[in-house]
Amino acid sequence: MSARFGVVVFPGSNCDRDCLHVLHEVLGCPAEFVWHESEDLSGFDVVVLPGGFSYGDYLRPGAVAATSPVVRAVKHFAAAGGLVLGICNGFQVLTEAGLLPGALLRNRGATFRCEWVSLRVERSDTPFTALYEPGEVVRMPIAHGDGRYHAPEEVAEELERCRQVVFRYVDNRGRTTAEGNPNGSVHHIAGVVNRAGNVLGLMPHPERCAEEVLGGTDGRRLFESVHRWAAHAAGRVP
Amino acid sequence: MRAATRIPGWQAAGLRREEYERVCALLGREPNAVELRMFGVMWSEHCAYKHSRPYLKRLPTTGSGVLRGPGENAGVVEVSPGLAVALKVESHNHPSAVDPFHGAATGVGGILRDVLSMGARPLALLDSLRFGPPDDRHARRLRDGVVAGISHYGNCVGVPVVGGEILYEDCYRANPLVNVACVGLVSSSRVASSRATGPGNSVVYAGTRTGRDGIGGARFASEELAEDAAEADRGAVQMGDPLAGKLLIEATLEALQSGAVVALQDMGAAGLTCAAAEMSARGGVGMVLHLDRVPRRERGMTPVEVLLSESQERMLLVVQRGREEEVLRAYRRWGLRAEILGEVTAEPLLQVYDGRELVVELSPCALTDAPTYRVPEQEPPARRALREVSLEGLPQPDLKEALLALLRSPSVVTKRPVYSQYDHMVQLRTVVGPGSDAAVLRLLEAPPRGLALSADGNGRLSYLDPWAGGAAAVCEATLNVACVGARPVAITDGLNLGNPERPEVAWELAGVVDGIADACAALGVPVVGGNVSLYNESELGAVYPTPVVVCVGVLEDVSQVLPTGFCESGDLVALVGGDRVSLGGSEYLRVVHGRVAGAPARPDLQLHRRLVNVLVRAAQAGLLRSAHDLSEGGLGVALAEACVAGRLGARCTLSPQLFGGRADVALFGEGPSRVVVSVPPERYEAFAELCVREGVPIRLLGTVGEGELRVRLADGELAVSVEQLRAAQEAYR
Repeated sequence: MSARFGVVVFPGSNCDRDCLHVLHEVLGCPAEFVWHESEDLSGFDVVVLPGGFSYGDYLRPGAVAATSPVVRAVKHFAAAGGLVLGICNGFQVLTEAGLLPGALLRNRGATFRCEWVSLRVERSDTPFTALYEPGEVVRMPIAHGDGRYHAPEEVAEELERCRQVVFRYVDNRGRTTAEGNPNGSVHHIAGVVNRAGNVLGLMPHPERCAEEVLGGTDGRRLFESVHRWAAHAAGRVP
Repeated sequence: MRAATRIPGWQAAGLRREEYERVCALLGREPNAVELRMFGVMWSEHCAYKHSRPYLKRLPTTGSGVLRGPGENAGVVEVSPGLAVALKVESHNHPSAVDPFHGAATGVGGILRDVLSMGARPLALLDSLRFGPPDDRHARRLRDGVVAGISHYGNCVGVPVVGGEILYEDCYRANPLVNVACVGLVSSSRVASSRATGPGNSVVYAGTRTGRDGIGGARFASEELAEDAAEADRGAVQMGDPLAGKLLIEATLEALQSGAVVALQDMGAAGLTCAAAEMSARGGVGMVLHLDRVPRRERGMTPVEVLLSESQERMLLVVQRGREEEVLRAYRRWGLRAEILGEVTAEPLLQVYDGRELVVELSPCALTDAPTYRVPEQEPPARRALREVSLEGLPQPDLKEALLALLRSPSVVTKRPVYSQYDHMVQLRTVVGPGSDAAVLRLLEAPPRGLALSADGNGRLSYLDPWAGGAAAVCEATLNVACVGARPVAITDGLNLGNPERPEVAWELAGVVDGIADACAALGVPVVGGNVSLYNESELGAVYPTPVVVCVGVLEDVSQVLPTGFCESGDLVALVGGDRVSLGGSEYLRVVHGRVAGAPARPDLQLHRRLVNVLVRAAQAGLLRSAHDLSEGGLGVALAEACVAGRLGARCTLSPQLFGGRADVALFGEGPSRVVVSVPPERYEAFAELCVREGVPIRLLGTVGEGELRVRLADGELAVSVEQLRAAQEAYR
């Protein structure tokens, strides 16, 4: 038995099929799409909010999706301890929905950026990062125009204190420098987890680096981590 | 009375007097006001190819893998048993001149729907762009607007931009070229059609609502740009909505899955008029349409406005009678509008009702049966003189400075600042993204196969020698595809020229098409579709005749893809391919000497075919470590690029006899069918034998090394550190 994944499809999601591909073809685990109008998440161990432009990113990225029926269900799902992974636009939805603190603003430099970046894994004691070494530097692609993580300084300090920063942008020598920060995020934040540790949002795309032929496999371990964790929690060993 | 009201109706609609007479003869009566406007757009150059059709007949369009050739919304060619690729290129030049952001964005949307019309899911986009030099503020504004527009639409719609090119010339200052190509994937047995058939079947409108935008856009694209175009013609530019574009793709693919769709087509240029007329004419049927059922964005729209609107993100479908609900449901599920407008009729007559009033009644074939024109072709004497200019007395510059100047040239520098604004990875297929000779996508449906894609064209060569420019575009695109190890299987071509009513433009068009036709015939690569954009003229004159050739190749195993850059110190560096080089029309002559003149080297098409074969076979046999096609800047720039891409140097020697002994010709002369390869020393003999056996010249140049590019020439030595080369190449402006 293994963990069951639900991949949410909003109008305008465009990494939904990519996430499903990785879950099905790379991890070989059960996964299916969840339509944005659905409020039923029963039977899922993990819910993935994929990248894209939900509702065209009109108003603000993620703002309209945050009010959708499925996100109402995701809130209950998360409150009950379900694992939620928001990637790129999914991260934006999670902050707009109040499931994660902070906000994602227009990139410093104002343009969309699609490129590989280096990330430091700050914690390996989350369901999403158990297979990484703490402090390990990994490579993942980003593709966003609104990825500058912002939070008031006291909130950012609080995040640091509570060890909620999971991924941080670094340069290729593993240091937090201006060159290593592609969008101007505060504290170089690329991904954060909620206080309870079951909701992760990150701007980089782990699904784009789960197969060697696409240039790297550092993202694969994120899915494997959450898969194992969820299967274990559900009493099903993968 | 004001002068404008005295213009006869046919003229206001954009027709010539003899065209109006032809309309009357076809109908057996005078058209009414609505019909007249429909003829005006359908018989525009943009929709009817009046000046280009006679030439396009020369293109070879068939081949064993071709499932659909020109005449459909996109060509379709099989790339693996049961699996096919739909491809098409289209221009959005005039709209982009007026409103670069929306002009380019809607160009992306339009080409996606052409590919979608074949039942294919769009997999990738390529953009071939031309602008005035970036030191011109206006040209830079156009470029940045176009790039932002492509980024806006492409990123949101979730189709990666995996390749393309950006070249700069003075002639594109006021009239930029924005050619966008799309490749989609469809099962061979499920290729869709635009042929309306089956009397009684329903005609369904799907997508967003119809507004007043883009009315007369096709006609606007068929005239020269007026000086005040930016102000006067903004209403002719459509506004794109990428979210709606994305939903339309998903909903249409879902609707097609039902099996109830008989035919479909994008409502693009000339909107509902064109879709209804072309679909009916292709199927030899008619349609009854009710305009009051068309979902509208605003009140008070006239029948002409509804019929001619070019509002984006709309499709017209023919659906099996009784199964309409399956199709309507798919669109509505995705939040789009879908309405039954009418039905297909056996009698080939297009009947359009506004309420109960019959406002149009004519043969759809009349709308698609525009006249063609042949303008006497004449080469301008000045052009010939320019081509025959002798370049022998040209002063020799400092070679290192010349090389660095070429690398800094806006057309040669890295385009990373542009393509990093495009999502080039979504859909998880991109094995090689932008910045290489060709992009490579994996075919998840037929592993380990992959597709290689490249878009190429050089207007300067075509200006000096149209045949050479047309042939060179095919040669470069096919060679780029071969350089990653893929076998070219089909091309789509976009032709961009000036006013075809002028004999010199007719001469350019004839030459460019002949060049493409000859090259494709020699290579056995069919042209499965294309686009012609004419009247690319402004007060600054016509653009260079600019062919853009987009080639699709098949790679047997994506894990064998060859990189552009050098990989291993100690590998041998060789130049493979033709000996024909010239400074005529070269980047070097333009950048270093400030001139556009001379005769470009004409390709040896048989040699080119052999070279493509050698590369594909050598890549499959694992003989090569890297391959890089020579284009702008010749051998010098190609070596520099291979060094920078691989972060390695090279030591090479160019023999004095080579290329007439002139160092600048040897280093920067341009010619088709040439590739720099690096080869592991132990495999060099096998590779050289293959070249000799196949009749492809090969010259050993030197070895891959560390730190610097060093080229020994008859009269001295060129030495530049890789770091310096990289810095020059990064000088994006």
